[in-house]
Amino acid sequence: MIEFADLRKAFGAKHVLEGFTLTVRDGETMVIIGYSGTGKSVAIKHVVGLLDPDAGHVAVDGEVVHELDRPQLQAVRARIGFVFQFAALFDSLTIYENVAFGLRRRRDLEESEIQDRVAHALELVDLPGVEQRMPAELSGGMRKRVGLARAIAIQPKYMLYDEPTTGLDPVTSAVIDQLMVRTREALGVTSIVITHDMRSAYTIGDRIAMLYQGRVRQVGTVDEIKRSDDPVVRGFVEGRPDARLAMEGTPLTGREEVAVEGVHG
Amino acid sequence: MLAVIGRQATGFVAGFGRLGLFVVDIVRALPDARTWGRLLAQQMRRIGVDSLPIALFIAAFTGIVLALLSSYVFTGAVPLYLVGTLVGKTIMLELGPVLTALALAGRVGATMAAELGTMRVTEQVDALETMAYDPFAYLVVPRVLAGTLMFPVIIALAMGMGLLTGWLAATNLLPLSTNEFVNGLMKFYTDFDWQYGLIKSASFGFTITLIGCFLGLGARGGAEGVGNATMRTVVFSAAMILVLDAYWAVTLLRSAG
Repeated sequence: MIEFADLRKAFGAKHVLEGFTLTVRDGETMVIIGYSGTGKSVAIKHVVGLLDPDAGHVAVDGEVVHELDRPQLQAVRARIGFVFQFAALFDSLTIYENVAFGLRRRRDLEESEIQDRVAHALELVDLPGVEQRMPAELSGGMRKRVGLARAIAIQPKYMLYDEPTTGLDPVTSAVIDQLMVRTREALGVTSIVITHDMRSAYTIGDRIAMLYQGRVRQVGTVDEIKRSDDPVVRGFVEGRPDARLAMEGTPLTGREEVAVEGVHG
Repeated sequence: MLAVIGRQATGFVAGFGRLGLFVVDIVRALPDARTWGRLLAQQMRRIGVDSLPIALFIAAFTGIVLALLSSYVFTGAVPLYLVGTLVGKTIMLELGPVLTALALAGRVGATMAAELGTMRVTEQVDALETMAYDPFAYLVVPRVLAGTLMFPVIIALAMGMGLLTGWLAATNLLPLSTNEFVNGLMKFYTDFDWQYGLIKSASFGFTITLIGCFLGLGARGGAEGVGNATMRTVVFSAAMILVLDAYWAVTLLRSAG
């Protein structure tokens, strides 16, 4: 279980997270949606200790991440696969070396076992035979799939996806969605997915949480989010331009809510 | 005005504080030899072998110019065989280490800052950390160690090249025989000469790679951030080479003289 408890984080004068609280249950896929710059990526970077909170905490399996010493933190990280927005492949290494990278930290794996795991991970993302190519030789979608293969090769308990379909065409996005579903089914992982893509969120999510002004605005099942009567949530999931007003300034007032409701209601 | 000076002074002190913590992290990562050990040879090759042509090129011309310059200065007043003395002392004590280090500050330091800066802004460093790697053990320790170990090697070879071209210039362009040149070279020679040069070289290698790694990993904000880190690495490294040069002169050279 991953638990965000009253998480607060500011960068200078900009308060990004202001009491973010959310529990991700074992086995579920939690999708976190929200406007750009509202701190979704910041939130999941706390899970792997890339950022330390100003207040509150993130706990993974009951262990408070920012209180762990380095060996304990590395043990937590070894249970988590992280898929970065732009894949973050090591561009000086081959695809094989990229996917094998996390496995090489483990002393108990022979090279032959690493080879098998790399081949299996690449097969799972439908990219067999690219082992000797360099990241620069791959398309954006292929790079994301390699990033996914690299994360699943370590056979993690948790998967964190940071905008896995951003910048991809709709078909490739759908392929990535399928791969995320397949990964969950094959490995039984608990996942947190950051996305703006509502089609993707509805396809892969068990529950969806909307992050708004540093806190969770609403969390619920896909159906609950689709049927939400919260104007902020509805404005976002339906992609209404006027809902952007809420994000750029003060919270929605009654007048703006009427405007939002008035356009589409 | 005071506020601006205060802010800049605070920023300067804070920067040194961060650099100090960076060094502490390097020391903390040293026991993780399993990670950095296999990368050390690769970095030694990149820093050493790949830097050798530019180091030898600079030393070759420095040797020629030094021989001719000393001949010009000595004319009529000082015996010409002392050309060998001046070439040897200057190459080993000063110009070999300093000129080579200044050139390598651009080649080695800037390359490291650009490489690590790009890794930082494209989240490759974050990816390393999420896969339970220590970026200091994986990225910084092998580079700084390789720099500290390889700079003396490169500069020793550069010294050899400088002496060789100095001898060639003296015997071909000046009325000086090989015996006279070697006589001058050995007349005031002590082992301290090359030892001093190589100690300086190691300190230059450590400093250039440390600054390159520190500013590279501190890069923020995309291509502009990487560009800034690269430029600052060259400027700070060059400045620190001159500061260290003066430091070693005051501490080692003065006490030996």
